[in-house]
Amino acid sequence: MTKGLPTLPITRRHALAGLAAGTATLAMPGLLRAQSETIRIGFPTPLTGPYAAEAKDQVRSAELAVKLVNDKGGIAGRKVELLVRDDKLNAGEAATRTLELIEKEKVHAVVGSLSSAVQLAINEVTRARGVIFVSISQSDTINEVKDFSRFTFHEALNPHMTTAAVAKHTFKPGMKIAYLVADYAFGHEILRGFKRAQAAIGATSVGEILHPIGAPDYSTFMPRLRAMKPDILCICNFGRDQANSIKQAVDFGLNKQDRIVVPVLLYTQRLGIGAEAFEGVVGGANYYWRLQDTLPSAKAFNDAYKAAYSGAYPTDYGAYGYTGVSSLLLAMAKAGGTDTDKVIAALEGLTYDVAKGPQHYRKCDHQSVQSVLVLESKAKADTPEEADPFRILAVEPASEDILRSCAELGFPS
Amino acid sequence: MDAELIAMQLFSGVALGAILVMVALGLSIIFGMLGVVNFAHGALFMVGAYAGLWIASLTGSFWWGLLLAPLLVGAFGMLIERVLIRPLYKRSIDDPLLLTFGLAYVLVEAVRILFGNEGMPFPTPPELAGVADLGIGYFPIYRLFVVGVVAVVLLLLWLGLEKTKFGLIVRAGARDPQIMRVLGVDVAKVWLLVFGLGVGLTALGGVLAAPMRSVDPEMGALVLAEAFVVTVIGGMGSLVGAVVAGLLIGIAISMTALFAPEMATIVMFALMALVLLVRPQGLFGKPGRA
Repeated sequence: MTKGLPTLPITRRHALAGLAAGTATLAMPGLLRAQSETIRIGFPTPLTGPYAAEAKDQVRSAELAVKLVNDKGGIAGRKVELLVRDDKLNAGEAATRTLELIEKEKVHAVVGSLSSAVQLAINEVTRARGVIFVSISQSDTINEVKDFSRFTFHEALNPHMTTAAVAKHTFKPGMKIAYLVADYAFGHEILRGFKRAQAAIGATSVGEILHPIGAPDYSTFMPRLRAMKPDILCICNFGRDQANSIKQAVDFGLNKQDRIVVPVLLYTQRLGIGAEAFEGVVGGANYYWRLQDTLPSAKAFNDAYKAAYSGAYPTDYGAYGYTGVSSLLLAMAKAGGTDTDKVIAALEGLTYDVAKGPQHYRKCDHQSVQSVLVLESKAKADTPEEADPFRILAVEPASEDILRSCAELGFPS
Repeated sequence: MDAELIAMQLFSGVALGAILVMVALGLSIIFGMLGVVNFAHGALFMVGAYAGLWIASLTGSFWWGLLLAPLLVGAFGMLIERVLIRPLYKRSIDDPLLLTFGLAYVLVEAVRILFGNEGMPFPTPPELAGVADLGIGYFPIYRLFVVGVVAVVLLLLWLGLEKTKFGLIVRAGARDPQIMRVLGVDVAKVWLLVFGLGVGLTALGGVLAAPMRSVDPEMGALVLAEAFVVTVIGGMGSLVGAVVAGLLIGIAISMTALFAPEMATIVMFALMALVLLVRPQGLFGKPGRA
């Protein structure tokens, strides 16, 4: 007999809570209400599309950072809220969502993005609106004076430091390198970085093939890559593309003839596709949970993450969500609120160690100075624990020496 | 450029085209017989891949997934035809088009809710893993298997359409459904089966593609665009056209990838433009049809 009668999803508890909140609002003077206003952080990231797995981890870790702060009473008595939006890996969509977050939701800062091209679109919007943006996706351009915004802080590694570290531990003088590269900003920057490192080391390039982002099939590139007879096949792409291209390279037997190297070795993709395809693949990373063997901050992060997400370990790109949001919230706590200039000053003066050892934002370009890990994917036989697929080959310590100098980026010295 | 590399590249193109043929055939059959431009075809390809993965994980065997998923999704296709599309036949051609367009979104979102956004790996069945030495170079055994399966399906389809009574009815129904009705043939039932067959073929394409490319909710979008290009080049509604154009596109993409990789995605559209200029009805299409 309920046909036609809409039932409202309101329980007695909801009603009581609403009543209480309403009374509280009425009773509260305007000034007090402004002070206790929630701190809102916008978080655009590609929840759908080929980078969805990494984006999901970014969100989970960012939510953890917010939860931990709220559990301790928030910032200056204010609760923190994360507003997640799907940017669909599309620069236009990201700009629209970011504008919406700023104009409609009145966010106090933006953290997020996962694609160099999309990140630059968000950077345009936040720069024009004077809103703080902590970007957590790799980019070299964002460091350069042309795209610099004093409101933007770059928490992620950049292609320059990543490729230098990876090349240092894989390329040898006289080696022949073949490149398969995603045809967009990230791929181009990674390729540029590897070729710079390759020239310094004395290796040579035997070919570069560009593929469209999100391509499902790489078979047509494989015979040619094989014919190049490289010592190293360097696959410069991201997300699902990484898993698909590595798997297909292995299907064609390319791993038997050469070693596969990637700029960032992705935890989610390796777990997804399995040990066989990734065996012996070497790549960089901002984070791997086994850092906990030497770093107490990594242990604390892992433990909090495992407690929140039923025993799962945080991932590389997930950690960006955590370190990015944490650094922002630490700066807000130091600044005593959300005043943009004060928070910028606090971020510039901040040294933080929340997951991977000490980090700080370099003054000139706001790049986070941090360690770079070089990882190798283990063989199935060497992986007794499913969640521990990588071996840490090296940790390049946090140092400005692995970044391009401020002068090279075009900043006045 | 040596001959072996070119031969390998040709072969890669055939393997790539084989999947396209499966998708384009279904699209073409449905358009040719029912006059429905099925925009949900790519989504059903994706549903086929997920169904294959689901059945394979339940039974522990890729083979059950390969066998049952196309049947299951084909039956689902018949349900779609019966419940959603049939009421629209008397209306303009745009209505089923809009319906299937919306249906594609619904299917993609449903899969996202059920299986997540991130996509899933689909391991190559162990019996078919590894590389075969073709004499001209190495080629994944699984891709050889895909070419074989598609060849067998094409043969069965040809036999079914040319040598059976049902095939005769289908071919006649495509030419003039009115006369068929007058002759006492239940055209509605034929169309139901044809739609199910078309959907089953694309689902089979999805299951076959899954171990090569892994499975994700967006995997149908690109395939749909490619399949449309194939049907336009081959001629809308022409089955021979779908097969020839599918292989042609696969080989064209592959050869372009060898000489100018950046052009590999554009080449099929260039080819389509060329065909439309020279022969607007497509290579095997009849003039005046769409």
